[in-house]
Amino acid sequence: MTPALRRWVFLAAAAVAGGLLVWGLTGLPSFGVYPGPYGDVLNQVAVGERKATNVVAAVTFDYRGVDTMGEEYILFAAVVGVAVLLRAQRDEVEEPPDEDAADRRVPGTSNAVRVLGLALLGPVVLFGLYVVAHGHLTPGGGFQGGVVLATGALVVYLSGEYVTLRKVRPAALIDLAESSGAGGYVAVGLLGLAAGAAFLQNVLPLGQPGALPSAGTIPLINVAVGLEVAGGMVLLVSEFLEQTLVLRRPGEVT
Amino acid sequence: MIVLEAAVFLLVAAGGTAVVLTRNPLNQAIVASFYGLILGIMFLVFQAPDVALSQITVGAVALPLMIVLALAKVRALGGGKGEGGGK
Repeated sequence: MTPALRRWVFLAAAAVAGGLLVWGLTGLPSFGVYPGPYGDVLNQVAVGERKATNVVAAVTFDYRGVDTMGEEYILFAAVVGVAVLLRAQRDEVEEPPDEDAADRRVPGTSNAVRVLGLALLGPVVLFGLYVVAHGHLTPGGGFQGGVVLATGALVVYLSGEYVTLRKVRPAALIDLAESSGAGGYVAVGLLGLAAGAAFLQNVLPLGQPGALPSAGTIPLINVAVGLEVAGGMVLLVSEFLEQTLVLRRPGEVT
Repeated sequence: MIVLEAAVFLLVAAGGTAVVLTRNPLNQAIVASFYGLILGIMFLVFQAPDVALSQITVGAVALPLMIVLALAKVRALGGGKGEGGGK
């Protein structure tokens, strides 16, 4: 295919795609106009019905809790997939990374980074726990808080060595956090069945809106999702880090 | 409020363009991280703090991290000799 022909094919395709885009955009509601009824209805009833002051959490973990369970298992499957792919190569022997320039040493972590990492670790973990625990009250929840918690492990890695991270993250515990988080969501759902209601129905006492123990099953699900996401992210990062450290098959000459 | 919204839209447009124009994948990961942060600010300005928090954690932390780690892996295998060039 000559460059000129390629350009014409591209221009034709771009014209069609651009036309469709403009056509679609003209059909959108105007800026700031909300046409659907559901958001307005939920804003009216959610706090009264579920005692959760964060209506977003009431929607994602209660009104459409099954959807969110599916989303959680998407992440779970992705993390397990990455782990399986990367662990399949463990017949490779550990070797220090190849030195491209033997006279040029990798600089060690500077003291400034170490001190900053040490100072950040506590607040980051605490903030992650806060975001998980207050998901039904304020913006946030298990997913966001779980990622914040996982960045705690990253801070350890950045301010030290990967070996340090290996010490503070026992693999069994991480696997346990991830799997119990994934299973915990279903367990909370089964609670509804055990109480004679529907799967994932909010059967626990709802309490007062704004109180930390309120909104029934929503905080429990948040904790489960937080465990799952934090465990999954740490697992994902450490699998990748092991790969960058290690990686030559036995006998392979480099 | 209108001024703030317009300003954040311009920032998002500038950020997106910057991500596309950065050709080195490693630099691009860092620019994409800033872009994720800008998107988070946009969601906050448009009163969606929940989405803003998700956007910041995924767009500014998780996604660039995955890109950097994948690049490190590629480089460890000897595939990234000569800085890639982004082509």
